[in-house]
Amino acid sequence: MTRILIVGAGPAGIRAAETLVEAGLHPIVVDEGVRAGGQIYRRPPNGFLRPPEKLYGSEAGKARSLHATFDRMVAGAQVDYLPETSVFALRDGAAHATGGRIPYDRLILAPGATDRVVPVSGWQRAGVYSLGAAQIALKAQGVVLGRQIVLAGSGPLLTLVAAQLVAAGAGVAAVLDTATLRDQMVGGVRMALARPWVTARGARMRASLGRLYHAGVRLDQIKEDAVHWTAHGKAYATECDAVALGWHLRAETQLADLAGARFAWCPAWAQWLPDTDAMGRAGPGLYLAGDGVRILGADGAEIAGRLAASACLNDLGIATRGKVPLLRRARRLNRFANGIARAFPWPADQLNALPDKAILCRCENVTAGEVRGIAALAETNRVKSVSRIGMGRCQGRFCQLAAAALIARHAGLPPQAAGRLRGQPPVRPLTIESLLDD
Amino acid sequence: MTARFVRLAEKDRTPVVFSFDGQEMTALQGDTVLTAILTCSDSLRAAEFGPERRAGFCLMGACQDCWIWQQDGPRLQACSTSIRDGMRLLSEPAEGWLA
Repeated sequence: MTRILIVGAGPAGIRAAETLVEAGLHPIVVDEGVRAGGQIYRRPPNGFLRPPEKLYGSEAGKARSLHATFDRMVAGAQVDYLPETSVFALRDGAAHATGGRIPYDRLILAPGATDRVVPVSGWQRAGVYSLGAAQIALKAQGVVLGRQIVLAGSGPLLTLVAAQLVAAGAGVAAVLDTATLRDQMVGGVRMALARPWVTARGARMRASLGRLYHAGVRLDQIKEDAVHWTAHGKAYATECDAVALGWHLRAETQLADLAGARFAWCPAWAQWLPDTDAMGRAGPGLYLAGDGVRILGADGAEIAGRLAASACLNDLGIATRGKVPLLRRARRLNRFANGIARAFPWPADQLNALPDKAILCRCENVTAGEVRGIAALAETNRVKSVSRIGMGRCQGRFCQLAAAALIARHAGLPPQAAGRLRGQPPVRPLTIESLLDD
Repeated sequence: MTARFVRLAEKDRTPVVFSFDGQEMTALQGDTVLTAILTCSDSLRAAEFGPERRAGFCLMGACQDCWIWQQDGPRLQACSTSIRDGMRLLSEPAEGWLA
């Protein structure tokens, strides 16, 4: 039987597995999580009591359905499920994972995304987190990151996390959005045309934040006990002991890179994304799905997972049904996503104003000034070799987009001209133990 | 040392006793190592290249900020490892182990 490996058990990976199982195949599913579900539908550990309605709000039905679908496949031995397992390299038709080598004939990558973070002066301090971290802490652990938290950045997750924290009784000090109300109006119209109900729900959630919410903000500095920011030419300081930052999502693309996918600059999301056809084909026997390839969110990821698995089946000569409505839905979600990107843009002005002494790479403590000083190298991989940016613990996941933007601007080039960091195995740090098993 | 995280929900779980830098602490069954430490303390480790402390960043296994040490050797990723009774965790390598 054809060996199909799915990396990631979030909405995309689960629906891909389901589609293959329905066709009588038996995929292998590798996932880093303790329990399948991914990040947005992340499940708390066993023994936690809050129901899905409390954890996922209006999306509880979708979360229940995904979790049940996966649990059913595992219980019925229809998939080989390897939880708490990381793929760190792809080579010669095999995935090298913690726990051993997994040979495959076809590969479906659904690794998801992390927060797209823009460095702010002082962001290297303990107590500064990503917005996703704030949500995971609440959802999967029942904790909040501090007594008074400032949520800052832009995008739907900013409003969602803020509303969830307020509802849970957390001390939210302020919600600081770098997007102007004008941008939000322009993008919001496009969002509403594509998905009126979802857009209205977001607007209601935003309204519920009341005076905690500020638009058109520039984040100036994160200090020990306060966030300093500017809006409409006036300077403010909000006292807090925790900060969560995020500007939408950044696709996890290292494995797609190692698998040989080609990349294209995506102006809407200001990042390099793997190139695929509408079904998710990225090369011979290689399929990509979910936020790791197109940032469409959880609903889009479920569709993309089904489409990628259908493409895989079709390439094996197995006919599938239902692609046309899925593709139509994916196009609608894509229009919605473009509206979101327009409403909550990359904060270029704030990044350009980042002081030279501010830390740009928080793993290796490389400053913005150090990178600006060698921006004449004009290419991120060269700047990495000289400055160590992107060589630290996170391998550039959280600084490389900002670094590339700074390099390009300083070299007088368009943002994509600075290129992207090449994916390198291992894509994450490993214990020696996991290499011995390999 | 003051706790960084505040528990809002799911507080009726079984207590788990562990140590961090030799100090005995109590967490709850189902906590990650990161939650266990930061509901008792304010950081996980020192930064390698700067003066400040570190306390994790992404909580989803991507940023690798929260790798810490154990008394008996192997490091662990605090956000992705469950706390267990008797764990002896360290903010720096045990004597004789490389950083």
